[in-house]
Amino acid sequence: MNSTTAITRPYGMVAEFTTAAGILHAAETVRDAGFSHWDVFSPFPVHGMDKAMGLGNSKVGWFSFIGGVTGYTTGMVMIWYMNTFDYPIVIGGKPLFSPFSAFPPSYELTILFGAFGALFGMLFLNRLPRLYHPLLKNKRFSLVTHDRFFLVIECDDPKYSEIETRQLLEHVGSRHIEVVEE
Amino acid sequence: MPAASSTKAPSLAHTLPVNVPVPPAELERPLLVANLRSFGWISNRVASLTEGRAPFWWWVLFIPSLLALGMLGFMLTYQISTGVGVWGNQHPVMWAWDIVNFVWWIGIGHAGTLISAILFLLRQRWRTAVNRAAEAMTIFAVMCAGIYPALHVGRAWYDWWLFPIPNSNSIWPQFRSPLMWDVFAVSTYFTVSVLFWYMGLIPDLAVMRDRARTRVRQFLYGLFALGWTGSNRHWSNYEKAYLILAGLSTPLVLSVHSIVSLDFSVSQLPGWHTTIFPPYFVAGAVFSGFGMVLTLLIPLRKIFKLEDIITMRHIDVMCKVTLATGSIVGYAYAMEFFIAWYSGNPFEQYHFLGRALGPYRWAWIPMVSCNVLVPQLFWFRKIRQNLFVVFVMSLLVNVGMWFERFVIIVISLHRDFIPSNWGYYRPTWVDICTFIGTFGLFFTMFLLFIRFIPMIAVSEVKGVTPQADPHHPLGGAKEVEMAP
Repeated sequence: MNSTTAITRPYGMVAEFTTAAGILHAAETVRDAGFSHWDVFSPFPVHGMDKAMGLGNSKVGWFSFIGGVTGYTTGMVMIWYMNTFDYPIVIGGKPLFSPFSAFPPSYELTILFGAFGALFGMLFLNRLPRLYHPLLKNKRFSLVTHDRFFLVIECDDPKYSEIETRQLLEHVGSRHIEVVEE
Repeated sequence: MPAASSTKAPSLAHTLPVNVPVPPAELERPLLVANLRSFGWISNRVASLTEGRAPFWWWVLFIPSLLALGMLGFMLTYQISTGVGVWGNQHPVMWAWDIVNFVWWIGIGHAGTLISAILFLLRQRWRTAVNRAAEAMTIFAVMCAGIYPALHVGRAWYDWWLFPIPNSNSIWPQFRSPLMWDVFAVSTYFTVSVLFWYMGLIPDLAVMRDRARTRVRQFLYGLFALGWTGSNRHWSNYEKAYLILAGLSTPLVLSVHSIVSLDFSVSQLPGWHTTIFPPYFVAGAVFSGFGMVLTLLIPLRKIFKLEDIITMRHIDVMCKVTLATGSIVGYAYAMEFFIAWYSGNPFEQYHFLGRALGPYRWAWIPMVSCNVLVPQLFWFRKIRQNLFVVFVMSLLVNVGMWFERFVIIVISLHRDFIPSNWGYYRPTWVDICTFIGTFGLFFTMFLLFIRFIPMIAVSEVKGVTPQADPHHPLGGAKEVEMAP
């Protein structure tokens, strides 16, 4: 629709799709064309899109795993330190430290730290919060949370070209293509 | 539904001939969103509930809730400034309504986590319509629950001694006590429930941000949406994090009520000292929680015209979960009596006879009838389809589960081993008003929630519609495709 104005720096070319299958096939084509700085935007996670975009397994699991290990170790060491080392008190003839009585709090801390790892790992990997984004300025793009699907190829992609990229996106079936500025 | 596309011949060259028989009509599952509603309809329907002026009925419910919350504030102030003696707790019943209400509220929370975590792992896609409201219920119920132990310690200003924070006495918390385990279980449960709920909210807050008309709404929803764009690179990490949180919340929810039950079963008291408690408490918690979910959602779905999202099938499966967990609870009751007889322990036998025949039999009778007999009506499809009956039964489930906690706690304590240690517990007006006050807290929070936050997980519901499936004709699939 609108052509680019050279006054501000363009961010990327935004192609709109209306169906899940449409965006999935478009993503497969763009992946095979060898683009690297591009992304798909959808109101919900489209099944099979990770594969269509050629994304690997998410790394959130590592953050959660490290969180969980930290939590369990913290629990066990903390309880041993407090009840056995720093201020030992014999209660009911029970041993000062037992892995069994120390287990429930350590188990809860495993889950607590693992959950923090999952949430903050996700936010870190996604570089969120990021309240400013060029796409969020675009009126039409706000439909991404409503019912539309968008494929965005960024201008700093080495394979990006104003004309050929537009042709490619038209070819895969987008009815509405525009260039969004930085 | 997806098999409907298989009637067409495959046209892709690399695919083998596919011959998928179309299943008979009676095996087709009803759609999770009725009437083939579009993505936009789902957004509009759910988001519009939080837009515009608050309806009259909302104020009619909100003002009494707020007054009850104020009463809670007064009761807690009175209790803190005067002492635990304003409650009816008396020797030998030193744990009474406070702990009954604590366990009851915590138990209600469990359905939210079951729906959000366990049903997610079990791929029960119907959960998407109810998980947001159920998780909110969990958080508010745990808030109500947390008040009681914090006040029951007597000197609430020393509550921080429960946490491993260095203090001037150099004494640390004593981790061999189940009460300490409970502190960690409940605080972790609350924190993880909030994290899980908030993470689920991020895409929906972006929905609200993109629809917002006023500056205040744009700013606040935009701030809490953290700049969510719906990028698939983000969804990829998001879905993994969601799966992990569900995987972590599942053992968490099972452990929380297990640890609550250990508060009792680690003691030496007849009626408390049983190995059956952890699974029995968890089943009872899920049972009461589903009762509360039904209590809240049946009127809301009617008032908010959400019948296409929370369909009769959703009500039906929730009734079945209530039936299943209610039957487990009934089995546990029977097993407690059997073990009391089989143990040959006279104290144990005396205690269980006392439950059914003693001075508190008025509490035992509603417990058994509401928790064991009433849910059995859910075997009948006619009952499960009658919303009024389901609503009344869900209330009875909550009443029954409150009596269960009363039976376990008060009956076990009121007759100690020697008759000179016998007593009869009665609640005071402060007990009663505090309990009503926690309802004020719960409903104030819940009403604010349905007013300002989308009460249905919009993006998750969109994801379970047929048009969200790129391999379905409604999702735009042109031809039958084989999985590569």
